[in-house]
Amino acid sequence: MPHHALRGSAAIAGLGITPQGKVYDRNAIGFAVDAVKLALDDAGLAREDLDGLLVNPGLTWGDMGMGSFQLQQAMGLRNLRLSATMNLGGATACAMIQHAVQAIAAGLATTVACVFSDAPLKPPAPRGEKTSSAGAYGFARGWEQAYGYFGVNAMYALVARRHMARYGTTQDHLGLVAVAQRRWANRNPRAQMHDAPLTLDEYHRSRWIVEPFHLFDCCLVSNGGLAVIVTSAERARNLRPPPVYVLGMAQGHLGGDPSDTLASGAVLAKEPAFRMAGVTLADVDVVELYDCYTFTVIVTLEDYGFCAKGEGGPFVAEQVTGPDGKLAVNTGGGQLASFYMWGMTPVSEAVVQLRGDGGERQVPKHDVALVSGNGGVLSTHSTLVLGRDAA
Amino acid sequence: MTTVAKPLPQISAEMAPWFDAARRHELVAQRCAGCGTWRFPARDLCSRCLSRDFAWERVSGRGTVFSFAVMHQVYHPAFAAEVPYPVVVVELDEGARMLSNLVDCPVDQLRIGMPVEVVFDDVTPDVTLPKFRPRR
Repeated sequence: MPHHALRGSAAIAGLGITPQGKVYDRNAIGFAVDAVKLALDDAGLAREDLDGLLVNPGLTWGDMGMGSFQLQQAMGLRNLRLSATMNLGGATACAMIQHAVQAIAAGLATTVACVFSDAPLKPPAPRGEKTSSAGAYGFARGWEQAYGYFGVNAMYALVARRHMARYGTTQDHLGLVAVAQRRWANRNPRAQMHDAPLTLDEYHRSRWIVEPFHLFDCCLVSNGGLAVIVTSAERARNLRPPPVYVLGMAQGHLGGDPSDTLASGAVLAKEPAFRMAGVTLADVDVVELYDCYTFTVIVTLEDYGFCAKGEGGPFVAEQVTGPDGKLAVNTGGGQLASFYMWGMTPVSEAVVQLRGDGGERQVPKHDVALVSGNGGVLSTHSTLVLGRDAA
Repeated sequence: MTTVAKPLPQISAEMAPWFDAARRHELVAQRCAGCGTWRFPARDLCSRCLSRDFAWERVSGRGTVFSFAVMHQVYHPAFAAEVPYPVVVVELDEGARMLSNLVDCPVDQLRIGMPVEVVFDDVTPDVTLPKFRPRR
Protein backbone atom coordinates (compact mmCIF):
# COMPACT_ATOMS: atom_id res chain seq x y z
CA MET A 1 0.00 0.00 0.00
CA PRO A 2 1.43 3.41 -0.93
CA HIS A 3 2.23 5.81 1.84
CA HIS A 4 -0.11 8.67 2.70
CA ALA A 5 1.08 11.74 0.76
CA LEU A 6 1.66 13.75 3.93
CA ARG A 7 3.32 11.00 5.93
CA GLY A 8 6.70 12.28 7.02
CA SER A 9 6.32 15.37 4.83
CA ALA A 10 7.00 17.70 7.73
CA ALA A 11 8.89 17.55 10.99
CA ILE A 12 9.25 19.24 14.33
CA ALA A 13 12.58 21.03 14.00
CA GLY A 14 12.64 23.23 17.07
CA LEU A 15 11.52 22.95 20.68
CA GLY A 16 11.30 25.82 23.13
CA ILE A 17 10.39 25.35 26.79
CA THR A 18 10.52 28.38 29.09
CA PRO A 19 11.02 28.03 32.83
CA GLN A 20 7.91 26.32 34.17
CA GLY A 21 5.85 26.55 37.34
CA LYS A 22 6.02 29.33 39.89
CA VAL A 23 7.57 31.87 37.54
CA TYR A 24 6.05 35.28 38.05
CA ASP A 25 8.13 37.69 35.99
CA ARG A 26 6.24 37.40 32.71
CA ASN A 27 2.65 37.42 31.54
CA ALA A 28 1.17 34.91 29.11
CA ILE A 29 2.29 36.78 25.99
CA GLY A 30 5.76 37.21 27.47
CA PHE A 31 6.01 33.46 27.97
CA ALA A 32 4.80 32.89 24.39
CA VAL A 33 7.44 35.23 22.97
CA ASP A 34 10.17 33.51 24.96
CA ALA A 35 8.99 30.03 23.98
CA VAL A 36 9.09 30.92 20.27
CA LYS A 37 12.55 32.50 20.65
CA LEU A 38 13.83 29.36 22.40
CA ALA A 39 12.32 27.13 19.72
CA LEU A 40 13.89 29.19 16.93
CA ASP A 41 17.27 29.10 18.70
CA ASP A 42 16.96 25.36 19.13
CA ALA A 43 16.29 24.94 15.41
CA GLY A 44 19.02 27.39 14.45
CA LEU A 45 16.47 29.64 12.76
CA ALA A 46 15.80 33.36 12.99
CA ARG A 47 12.58 35.29 13.43
CA GLU A 48 12.67 36.17 9.73
CA ASP A 49 12.43 32.49 8.87
CA LEU A 50 8.98 32.17 10.45
CA ASP A 51 6.06 32.57 8.10
CA GLY A 52 3.36 30.83 10.12
CA LEU A 53 2.09 31.30 13.67
CA LEU A 54 -0.51 29.15 15.40
CA VAL A 55 -1.43 30.02 18.97
CA ASN A 56 -3.35 28.17 21.66
CA PRO A 57 -4.09 30.83 24.25
CA GLY A 58 -4.19 29.68 27.88
CA LEU A 59 -6.77 30.89 30.36
CA THR A 60 -4.97 34.11 31.22
CA TRP A 61 -4.91 35.34 27.64
CA GLY A 62 -8.47 36.42 28.40
CA ASP A 63 -10.84 37.04 25.53
CA MET A 64 -8.05 37.49 23.06
CA GLY A 65 -9.79 36.24 19.97
CA MET A 66 -6.87 37.42 17.83
CA GLY A 67 -4.15 35.93 20.01
CA SER A 68 -1.87 34.99 17.12
CA PHE A 69 -1.96 38.59 15.84
CA GLN A 70 -1.23 39.89 19.35
CA LEU A 71 1.76 37.58 19.56
CA GLN A 72 2.93 38.54 16.07
CA GLN A 73 2.93 42.20 17.11
CA ALA A 74 4.55 41.47 20.48
CA MET A 75 7.52 39.78 18.86
CA GLY A 76 7.75 41.91 15.76
CA LEU A 77 7.03 39.23 13.20
CA ARG A 78 6.55 40.51 9.66
CA ASN A 79 5.09 39.00 6.51
CA LEU A 80 3.40 35.94 7.99
CA ARG A 81 1.47 33.84 5.51
CA LEU A 82 -0.41 31.74 8.08
CA SER A 83 -1.90 32.89 11.37
CA ALA A 84 -4.59 31.42 13.62
CA THR A 85 -5.73 31.29 17.21
CA MET A 86 -7.02 27.83 18.04
CA ASN A 87 -8.78 26.31 20.98
CA LEU A 88 -9.73 22.67 21.37
CA GLY A 89 -8.58 22.75 24.97
CA GLY A 90 -5.88 20.19 25.60
CA ALA A 91 -6.31 18.76 22.10
CA THR A 92 -5.07 21.99 20.54
CA ALA A 93 -1.34 21.29 20.67
CA CYS A 94 -1.44 18.22 18.41
CA ALA A 95 -4.11 19.90 16.28
CA MET A 96 -1.90 22.98 15.69
CA ILE A 97 0.89 20.72 14.49
CA GLN A 98 -1.56 18.93 12.19
CA HIS A 99 -2.66 22.22 10.64
CA ALA A 100 0.96 23.29 10.28
CA VAL A 101 1.77 20.06 8.41
CA GLN A 102 -1.20 20.60 6.10
CA ALA A 103 -0.35 24.25 5.46
CA ILE A 104 3.26 23.35 4.64
CA ALA A 105 2.13 20.57 2.27
CA ALA A 106 -0.24 23.01 0.59
CA GLY A 107 2.51 25.57 0.13
CA LEU A 108 0.79 28.15 2.32
CA ALA A 109 3.74 28.40 4.68
CA THR A 110 7.19 26.88 5.11
CA THR A 111 8.04 27.33 8.78
CA VAL A 112 5.31 27.45 11.41
CA ALA A 113 5.59 28.14 15.14
CA CYS A 114 2.94 26.41 17.28
CA VAL A 115 2.68 28.00 20.70
CA PHE A 116 0.96 27.61 24.05
CA SER A 117 1.45 29.80 27.10
CA ASP A 118 -0.34 30.66 30.30
CA ALA A 119 0.30 32.41 33.61
CA PRO A 120 -2.50 31.52 36.02
CA LEU A 121 -0.31 31.34 39.15
CA LYS A 122 0.05 34.56 41.12
CA PRO A 123 2.94 35.39 43.44
CA PRO A 124 2.37 34.63 47.13
CA ALA A 125 0.35 37.46 48.68
CA PRO A 126 1.81 39.69 51.39
CA ARG A 127 1.34 38.36 54.89
CA GLY A 128 -2.25 38.38 56.11
CA GLU A 129 -3.72 38.64 52.63
CA LYS A 130 -5.43 35.58 51.26
CA THR A 131 -5.11 34.61 47.65
CA SER A 132 -5.93 31.65 45.50
CA SER A 133 -4.94 30.64 42.04
CA ALA A 134 -8.49 29.37 41.72
CA GLY A 135 -9.55 32.97 41.27
CA ALA A 136 -7.96 33.07 37.86
CA TYR A 137 -10.19 30.26 36.71
CA GLY A 138 -13.49 31.87 37.61
CA PHE A 139 -14.69 28.67 39.25
CA ALA A 140 -18.01 30.04 40.50
CA ARG A 141 -20.55 30.63 37.81
CA GLY A 142 -23.98 29.86 36.45
CA TRP A 143 -26.87 28.30 38.28
CA GLU A 144 -24.61 25.41 39.33
CA GLN A 145 -22.67 27.58 41.78
CA ALA A 146 -25.65 27.50 44.15
CA TYR A 147 -25.01 23.76 44.49
CA GLY A 148 -21.34 24.19 45.26
CA TYR A 149 -20.42 22.65 41.92
CA PHE A 150 -17.19 24.32 40.94
CA GLY A 151 -14.50 23.64 38.42
CA VAL A 152 -13.23 21.03 36.03
CA ASN A 153 -12.09 18.71 38.84
CA ALA A 154 -15.73 18.11 39.76
CA MET A 155 -16.78 17.67 36.14
CA TYR A 156 -14.14 14.99 35.63
CA ALA A 157 -14.85 13.39 39.00
CA LEU A 158 -18.42 12.66 37.92
CA VAL A 159 -17.16 10.84 34.83
CA ALA A 160 -14.42 8.99 36.71
CA ARG A 161 -16.98 7.76 39.24
CA ARG A 162 -19.02 6.25 36.39
CA HIS A 163 -15.92 4.48 35.06
CA MET A 164 -15.22 3.09 38.53
CA ALA A 165 -18.80 1.87 38.89
CA ARG A 166 -19.01 0.38 35.42
CA TYR A 167 -15.58 -1.22 35.09
CA GLY A 168 -14.42 -1.68 38.65
CA THR A 169 -11.62 0.87 38.41
CA THR A 170 -10.29 1.49 41.92
CA GLN A 171 -8.62 4.24 43.88
CA ASP A 172 -5.43 2.16 43.81
CA HIS A 173 -5.56 2.11 40.01
CA LEU A 174 -5.75 5.90 39.90
CA GLY A 175 -2.96 6.14 42.46
CA LEU A 176 -0.65 3.84 40.54
CA VAL A 177 -0.81 6.19 37.54
CA ALA A 178 0.30 9.04 39.80
CA VAL A 179 3.10 6.93 41.30
CA ALA A 180 4.40 5.73 37.92
CA GLN A 181 4.48 9.23 36.48
CA ARG A 182 6.13 10.62 39.59
CA ARG A 183 8.91 8.07 39.18
CA TRP A 184 9.46 9.42 35.66
CA ALA A 185 9.38 13.01 36.95
CA ASN A 186 12.05 12.15 39.52
CA ARG A 187 14.31 11.51 36.50
CA ASN A 188 13.38 14.77 34.74
CA PRO A 189 15.30 17.83 36.00
CA ARG A 190 12.74 20.11 34.37
CA ALA A 191 9.82 18.59 36.29
CA GLN A 192 8.19 20.61 39.04
CA MET A 193 8.05 17.37 41.09
CA HIS A 194 11.61 16.27 40.25
CA ASP A 195 12.70 16.26 43.88
CA ALA A 196 9.49 14.84 45.34
CA PRO A 197 9.14 11.04 45.32
CA LEU A 198 5.67 9.58 45.77
CA THR A 199 4.58 6.22 47.17
CA LEU A 200 1.10 4.74 46.84
CA ASP A 201 0.70 5.23 50.58
CA GLU A 202 1.52 8.91 50.29
CA TYR A 203 -0.91 9.15 47.39
CA HIS A 204 -3.71 7.78 49.54
CA ARG A 205 -2.80 10.14 52.36
CA SER A 206 -2.72 13.21 50.12
CA ARG A 207 -5.71 15.46 50.59
CA TRP A 208 -8.89 15.00 48.65
CA ILE A 209 -9.72 17.63 46.09
CA VAL A 210 -12.95 16.26 44.70
CA GLU A 211 -13.49 12.61 45.49
CA PRO A 212 -12.47 10.31 43.81
CA PHE A 213 -9.56 12.66 43.06
CA HIS A 214 -6.77 13.21 45.54
CA LEU A 215 -4.38 16.11 45.05
CA PHE A 216 -2.04 13.85 43.07
CA ASP A 217 -4.76 12.73 40.67
CA CYS A 218 -4.90 16.28 39.32
CA CYS A 219 -2.46 17.93 36.94
CA LEU A 220 -0.22 20.72 38.11
CA VAL A 221 -0.86 24.37 37.44
CA SER A 222 2.07 26.03 35.70
CA ASN A 223 3.12 29.40 34.44
CA GLY A 224 5.16 29.08 31.28
CA GLY A 225 5.31 28.86 27.53
CA LEU A 226 6.07 26.08 25.08
CA ALA A 227 6.58 26.25 21.34
CA VAL A 228 7.58 23.95 18.52
CA ILE A 229 8.73 24.85 15.02
CA VAL A 230 7.23 22.75 12.24
CA THR A 231 8.84 22.81 8.82
CA SER A 232 9.18 20.63 5.74
CA ALA A 233 11.06 17.36 6.14
CA GLU A 234 13.60 18.53 3.60
CA ARG A 235 14.34 21.74 5.48
CA ALA A 236 14.35 19.95 8.83
CA ARG A 237 17.09 17.62 7.59
CA ASN A 238 19.32 20.64 7.00
CA LEU A 239 18.86 21.99 10.52
CA ARG A 240 20.88 21.14 13.59
CA PRO A 241 18.47 19.06 15.71
CA PRO A 242 17.50 15.58 14.53
CA PRO A 243 14.12 15.89 12.76
CA VAL A 244 11.06 14.52 14.52
CA TYR A 245 8.83 13.54 11.63
CA VAL A 246 5.06 13.67 11.72
CA LEU A 247 4.21 10.22 10.43
CA GLY A 248 0.51 10.06 11.26
CA MET A 249 -2.16 12.41 12.56
CA ALA A 250 -5.89 12.50 13.18
CA GLN A 251 -8.57 13.95 15.40
CA GLY A 252 -11.67 12.51 17.04
CA HIS A 253 -14.43 14.35 18.82
CA LEU A 254 -17.16 12.08 20.15
CA GLY A 255 -19.69 14.64 21.39
CA GLY A 256 -22.49 13.75 23.73
CA ASP A 257 -22.11 13.00 27.42
CA PRO A 258 -18.71 11.55 28.41
CA SER A 259 -20.47 9.84 31.32
CA ASP A 260 -22.20 7.66 28.74
CA THR A 261 -19.30 6.98 26.40
CA LEU A 262 -16.61 6.79 29.14
CA ALA A 263 -14.24 7.11 26.20
CA SER A 264 -11.91 9.61 24.63
CA GLY A 265 -11.88 10.57 20.95
CA ALA A 266 -8.94 8.20 20.54
CA VAL A 267 -11.52 5.61 19.55
CA LEU A 268 -12.05 7.68 16.38
CA ALA A 269 -8.56 9.08 15.85
CA LYS A 270 -6.34 6.04 16.41
CA GLU A 271 -7.18 4.11 13.26
CA PRO A 272 -6.62 6.90 10.70
CA ALA A 273 -3.53 8.16 12.55
CA PHE A 274 -1.86 4.75 12.60
CA ARG A 275 -2.96 3.95 9.05
CA MET A 276 -1.36 7.17 7.84
CA ALA A 277 1.80 6.45 9.83
CA GLY A 278 2.00 2.91 8.49
CA VAL A 279 2.78 1.53 11.92
CA THR A 280 0.90 -0.42 14.55
CA LEU A 281 0.60 -0.07 18.30
CA ALA A 282 3.34 -2.67 18.68
CA ASP A 283 5.77 -0.32 16.91
CA VAL A 284 5.27 2.44 19.47
CA ASP A 285 8.26 2.91 21.79
CA VAL A 286 7.19 6.01 23.67
CA VAL A 287 3.66 6.95 24.73
CA GLU A 288 2.88 10.52 25.74
CA LEU A 289 -0.77 10.78 26.75
CA TYR A 290 -2.69 13.84 27.77
CA ASP A 291 -3.06 13.59 31.54
CA CYS A 292 -5.23 16.25 33.08
CA TYR A 293 -6.06 13.52 35.62
CA THR A 294 -4.79 10.04 36.39
CA PHE A 295 -8.20 8.87 35.20
CA THR A 296 -7.63 10.35 31.74
CA VAL A 297 -4.51 8.20 31.31
CA ILE A 298 -6.45 5.04 32.15
CA VAL A 299 -9.21 5.85 29.65
CA THR A 300 -6.75 6.83 26.93
CA LEU A 301 -4.68 3.65 27.33
CA GLU A 302 -7.90 1.70 26.83
CA ASP A 303 -9.01 3.68 23.82
CA TYR A 304 -5.74 3.28 21.93
CA GLY A 305 -5.99 -0.44 22.56
CA PHE A 306 -3.04 -0.99 24.90
CA CYS A 307 -5.60 -2.98 26.92
CA ALA A 308 -9.27 -3.85 26.56
CA LYS A 309 -11.97 -1.27 27.29
CA GLY A 310 -12.47 -1.09 31.02
CA GLU A 311 -9.15 -2.83 31.73
CA GLY A 312 -7.11 0.37 32.07
CA GLY A 313 -7.10 0.11 35.85
CA PRO A 314 -5.81 -3.47 36.07
CA PHE A 315 -3.35 -2.63 33.24
CA VAL A 316 -1.66 0.16 35.18
CA ALA A 317 -1.85 -1.95 38.34
CA GLU A 318 0.65 -4.32 36.71
CA GLN A 319 3.03 -1.37 37.08
CA VAL A 320 4.00 -1.52 33.43
CA THR A 321 3.95 2.21 32.67
CA GLY A 322 6.75 3.49 34.92
CA PRO A 323 10.51 3.48 34.31
CA ASP A 324 11.66 -0.10 33.57
CA GLY A 325 8.09 -1.11 32.72
CA LYS A 326 7.22 -2.68 29.38
CA LEU A 327 5.36 0.43 28.16
CA ALA A 328 6.98 3.85 28.59
CA VAL A 329 4.09 6.23 29.34
CA ASN A 330 4.46 9.95 30.10
CA THR A 331 8.18 9.67 30.46
CA GLY A 332 8.80 13.20 31.70
CA GLY A 333 6.27 12.85 34.49
CA GLY A 334 3.47 14.25 32.38
CA GLN A 335 1.24 17.08 33.41
CA LEU A 336 0.65 15.38 36.75
CA ALA A 337 4.28 15.78 37.77
CA SER A 338 6.39 17.80 35.30
CA PHE A 339 4.49 20.87 34.13
CA TYR A 340 1.09 21.68 32.70
CA MET A 341 1.25 23.27 29.27
CA TRP A 342 -2.01 21.74 28.11
CA GLY A 343 -1.23 19.36 25.24
CA MET A 344 2.21 20.83 24.64
CA THR A 345 3.61 18.87 27.58
CA PRO A 346 3.19 15.44 25.91
CA VAL A 347 4.32 16.86 22.54
CA SER A 348 7.51 18.26 24.04
CA GLU A 349 8.39 15.05 25.86
CA ALA A 350 7.93 13.03 22.67
CA VAL A 351 10.38 15.35 20.92
CA VAL A 352 12.89 14.99 23.78
CA GLN A 353 12.63 11.20 23.70
CA LEU A 354 12.80 10.79 19.91
CA ARG A 355 15.87 13.03 19.80
CA GLY A 356 17.47 10.89 22.49
CA ASP A 357 17.78 13.86 24.83
CA GLY A 358 15.98 12.20 27.77
CA GLY A 359 19.09 11.79 29.94
CA GLU A 360 18.30 9.67 32.98
CA ARG A 361 14.79 9.02 31.69
CA GLN A 362 15.70 8.21 28.09
CA VAL A 363 13.80 5.23 26.73
CA PRO A 364 16.37 2.87 25.09
CA LYS A 365 14.44 2.24 21.89
CA HIS A 366 12.94 5.53 20.76
CA ASP A 367 11.98 5.35 17.11
CA VAL A 368 8.21 5.94 17.26
CA ALA A 369 6.15 8.00 19.69
CA LEU A 370 2.40 8.25 20.16
CA VAL A 371 1.11 11.60 21.42
CA SER A 372 -2.45 12.38 22.45
CA GLY A 373 -4.27 15.58 23.23
CA ASN A 374 -7.56 15.79 25.07
CA GLY A 375 -9.76 18.79 25.77
CA GLY A 376 -12.89 19.56 27.71
CA VAL A 377 -14.14 16.53 29.59
CA LEU A 378 -13.03 13.81 27.16
CA SER A 379 -14.64 16.16 24.62
CA THR A 380 -11.93 16.76 22.03
CA HIS A 381 -9.05 14.54 21.00
CA SER A 382 -6.07 14.70 18.70
CA THR A 383 -3.39 12.15 17.84
CA LEU A 384 0.13 12.40 16.50
CA VAL A 385 2.39 9.51 15.55
CA LEU A 386 5.94 10.87 15.48
CA GLY A 387 9.09 9.14 14.32
CA ARG A 388 12.84 9.51 13.95
CA ASP A 389 12.79 8.04 10.48
CA ALA A 390 10.51 9.12 7.66
CA ALA A 391 11.51 6.31 5.31
CA MET B 1 -15.52 35.78 61.80
CA THR B 2 -17.63 37.13 59.00
CA THR B 3 -20.02 34.77 57.32
CA VAL B 4 -20.10 34.70 53.58
CA ALA B 5 -23.42 34.05 51.91
CA LYS B 6 -23.61 31.12 49.55
CA PRO B 7 -23.78 32.21 45.94
CA LEU B 8 -27.27 32.32 44.55
CA PRO B 9 -27.83 30.76 41.14
CA GLN B 10 -27.20 33.00 38.16
CA ILE B 11 -30.48 32.41 36.42
CA SER B 12 -30.45 32.77 32.64
CA ALA B 13 -33.59 33.46 30.66
CA GLU B 14 -33.55 29.82 29.50
CA MET B 15 -33.37 28.47 33.07
CA ALA B 16 -35.89 30.89 34.62
CA PRO B 17 -38.92 28.60 34.16
CA TRP B 18 -37.13 25.83 36.07
CA PHE B 19 -36.50 28.12 39.03
CA ASP B 20 -40.04 29.56 38.81
CA ALA B 21 -41.42 26.03 39.13
CA ALA B 22 -39.04 25.23 41.99
CA ARG B 23 -40.38 28.23 43.91
CA ARG B 24 -43.81 26.56 43.65
CA HIS B 25 -42.14 23.32 44.83
CA GLU B 26 -42.62 21.69 41.48
CA LEU B 27 -39.89 19.94 39.53
CA VAL B 28 -40.00 20.40 35.76
CA ALA B 29 -37.78 19.58 32.80
CA GLN B 30 -37.76 20.65 29.18
CA ARG B 31 -39.33 18.24 26.74
CA CYS B 32 -38.83 18.52 23.02
CA ALA B 33 -42.11 18.94 21.14
CA GLY B 34 -40.50 17.48 18.04
CA CYS B 35 -39.23 14.14 19.32
CA GLY B 36 -40.30 13.96 22.96
CA THR B 37 -36.76 13.85 24.37
CA TRP B 38 -36.40 15.19 27.91
CA ARG B 39 -33.52 17.54 28.45
CA PHE B 40 -31.75 19.43 31.21
CA PRO B 41 -30.28 21.98 31.70
CA ALA B 42 -32.31 24.28 29.49
CA ARG B 43 -31.36 24.69 25.85
CA ASP B 44 -33.16 26.53 23.10
CA LEU B 45 -33.14 23.60 20.73
CA CYS B 46 -33.10 19.84 20.78
CA SER B 47 -29.68 18.39 19.93
CA ARG B 48 -31.40 15.20 18.76
CA CYS B 49 -33.97 16.50 16.23
CA LEU B 50 -33.00 20.22 16.18
CA SER B 51 -36.57 21.30 16.88
CA ARG B 52 -36.91 24.63 18.67
CA ASP B 53 -40.33 23.73 20.04
CA PHE B 54 -40.46 22.52 23.60
CA ALA B 55 -42.50 22.63 26.78
CA TRP B 56 -41.50 22.65 30.42
CA GLU B 57 -43.31 19.63 31.85
CA ARG B 58 -43.65 18.47 35.38
CA VAL B 59 -41.64 15.38 36.25
CA SER B 60 -42.02 12.87 39.06
CA GLY B 61 -39.02 14.04 41.03
CA ARG B 62 -38.01 10.42 41.43
CA GLY B 63 -34.87 8.91 40.04
CA THR B 64 -31.55 7.34 40.88
CA VAL B 65 -28.06 8.63 41.50
CA PHE B 66 -26.27 8.47 38.12
CA SER B 67 -22.95 9.76 39.42
CA PHE B 68 -21.55 11.77 42.28
CA ALA B 69 -18.52 13.77 43.30
CA VAL B 70 -17.63 14.63 46.88
CA MET B 71 -16.36 18.18 47.16
CA HIS B 72 -13.52 18.51 49.66
CA GLN B 73 -11.69 21.53 48.31
CA VAL B 74 -13.19 24.83 49.44
CA TYR B 75 -13.61 26.68 46.16
CA HIS B 76 -15.94 29.24 47.73
CA PRO B 77 -15.71 30.40 51.35
CA ALA B 78 -19.45 29.96 51.89
CA PHE B 79 -18.99 26.19 51.56
CA ALA B 80 -16.13 25.96 54.07
CA ALA B 81 -18.38 24.60 56.83
CA GLU B 82 -19.98 22.04 54.51
CA VAL B 83 -17.06 20.14 53.06
CA PRO B 84 -17.10 17.32 52.32
CA TYR B 85 -20.44 17.64 50.55
CA PRO B 86 -21.83 15.68 47.61
CA VAL B 87 -22.66 16.95 44.17
CA VAL B 88 -24.83 14.38 42.43
CA VAL B 89 -26.21 13.78 38.97
CA VAL B 90 -29.68 12.32 39.30
CA GLU B 91 -31.18 10.41 36.41
CA LEU B 92 -34.89 11.04 36.67
CA ASP B 93 -37.36 8.27 35.90
CA GLU B 94 -38.32 10.31 32.82
CA GLY B 95 -34.73 10.22 31.56
CA ALA B 96 -33.39 13.75 32.05
CA ARG B 97 -30.31 14.12 34.25
CA MET B 98 -30.10 16.87 36.85
CA LEU B 99 -27.07 18.16 38.69
CA SER B 100 -27.91 18.72 42.33
CA ASN B 101 -27.00 18.02 45.94
CA LEU B 102 -27.99 14.99 47.97
CA VAL B 103 -29.25 15.77 51.47
CA ASP B 104 -30.01 13.52 54.46
CA CYS B 105 -27.30 11.07 53.43
CA PRO B 106 -23.79 10.70 54.86
CA VAL B 107 -21.29 10.97 52.02
CA ASP B 108 -19.85 7.51 52.76
CA GLN B 109 -23.26 5.97 52.06
CA LEU B 110 -23.60 7.51 48.62
CA ARG B 111 -23.88 4.93 45.85
CA ILE B 112 -24.50 5.05 42.15
CA GLY B 113 -27.97 3.68 41.52
CA MET B 114 -29.46 4.63 44.89
CA PRO B 115 -33.10 5.70 44.60
CA VAL B 116 -33.71 9.35 45.39
CA GLU B 117 -36.55 11.87 45.39
CA VAL B 118 -36.71 15.63 45.11
CA VAL B 119 -36.94 18.00 48.07
CA PHE B 120 -37.14 21.77 47.86
CA ASP B 121 -34.73 24.04 49.67
CA ASP B 122 -36.09 27.59 49.98
CA VAL B 123 -32.76 29.40 50.25
CA THR B 124 -34.32 32.90 50.04
CA PRO B 125 -37.92 34.08 49.68
CA ASP B 126 -37.27 34.29 45.93
CA VAL B 127 -35.00 31.35 45.25
CA THR B 128 -35.70 27.67 45.79
CA LEU B 129 -33.21 24.94 44.94
CA PRO B 130 -34.47 21.48 44.07
CA LYS B 131 -32.30 18.93 45.87
CA PHE B 132 -32.59 15.20 46.37
CA ARG B 133 -32.70 12.80 49.32
CA PRO B 134 -32.59 9.02 49.55
CA ARG B 135 -35.94 7.41 48.85
CA ARG B 136 -37.11 5.09 51.58
